[in-house]
Amino acid sequence: MKLPRWFHQLGSPPYVYRLADKLGPWLGGLGCATLAIGVVWGLAIAPPDYQQDEVYRIIFIHPQTAYVGMMAYGVMAVAAAIGYIWRLKIAHAVAVSAAPIGAWFTFCALVTGAIWGRPTWGTYWQWGDPRIMSETLLLFLFLGYLALRGAFDDRDKADKITAILAVVGVVNLPIIHYSVEWWNSLHQGPTILRGDGPAMTTDMLLPFLITVLGFTLTFYWLLLRRLQAEIVEREGDARWLREFLPGSVA
Amino acid sequence: MIDFIQMGGDGAYVWSAYGITLAVLIVNIVLVRARHRTALRRAREIAAQTEVPRRQPKVHRVQ
Repeated sequence: MKLPRWFHQLGSPPYVYRLADKLGPWLGGLGCATLAIGVVWGLAIAPPDYQQDEVYRIIFIHPQTAYVGMMAYGVMAVAAAIGYIWRLKIAHAVAVSAAPIGAWFTFCALVTGAIWGRPTWGTYWQWGDPRIMSETLLLFLFLGYLALRGAFDDRDKADKITAILAVVGVVNLPIIHYSVEWWNSLHQGPTILRGDGPAMTTDMLLPFLITVLGFTLTFYWLLLRRLQAEIVEREGDARWLREFLPGSVA
Repeated sequence: MIDFIQMGGDGAYVWSAYGITLAVLIVNIVLVRARHRTALRRAREIAAQTEVPRRQPKVHRVQ
């Protein structure tokens, strides 16, 4: 099988850097605009919930940040595995770039969840709750991955060993998703990804899906920007980079 | 307007959740920009160091 040319080019740092330079502003602009529309819609236009009244409006940021955190872990693990198996440096660079963004989004999911828990469950935090614990584990997997990287001076070695940690930690993703079904949790069951279709009226579902799209685009924008910085750090002395340097000497 | 801010008495919860998320997004944007700029500046220094000696002409002493 012959792979298309652009596929091979994705392994080339200059090609990826230039691609990110072109795509970045579009992703950023679209992401921020979509997020703004979704958030205003969710906060001001969507109707109040019949059980939770107004506080349910956290639903336009909490599941989104949780899902982006999990997606970031998926991206990190897949990229790390590709980097490990095919010794592709650019894939390792993607993995490293996804980790801190994933950690931040997971942090957001935990904090907004705690804030939501207080008025609805009567508590900010419940030790031993399967959903809260597996999500907290996700945060520690990201932080552990970053800390482990920091323990190596040799970047190639760090890439390889942290890739193993990233791949092993994937086990936690289905655990997070099914935690509310497998065990008793304070957390409610799935609202959107359930067998009988989304359990949400259209006037709530639309802004919900728009914010999902907004957070996703924002994540990939941040990922591209981080990837660019990572490429510059790894390829600092490369000739192709000179056209991008401030006060270029190229 | 006041109703909108109070959110039926849950305003503190809703707005703090949105505020923290917004703050995290801004922090992420600021951090990545700073990192990118520092990396580019360092690359610029490397480029300047490797460029200069190459351009110096060889001096032949004529006796």
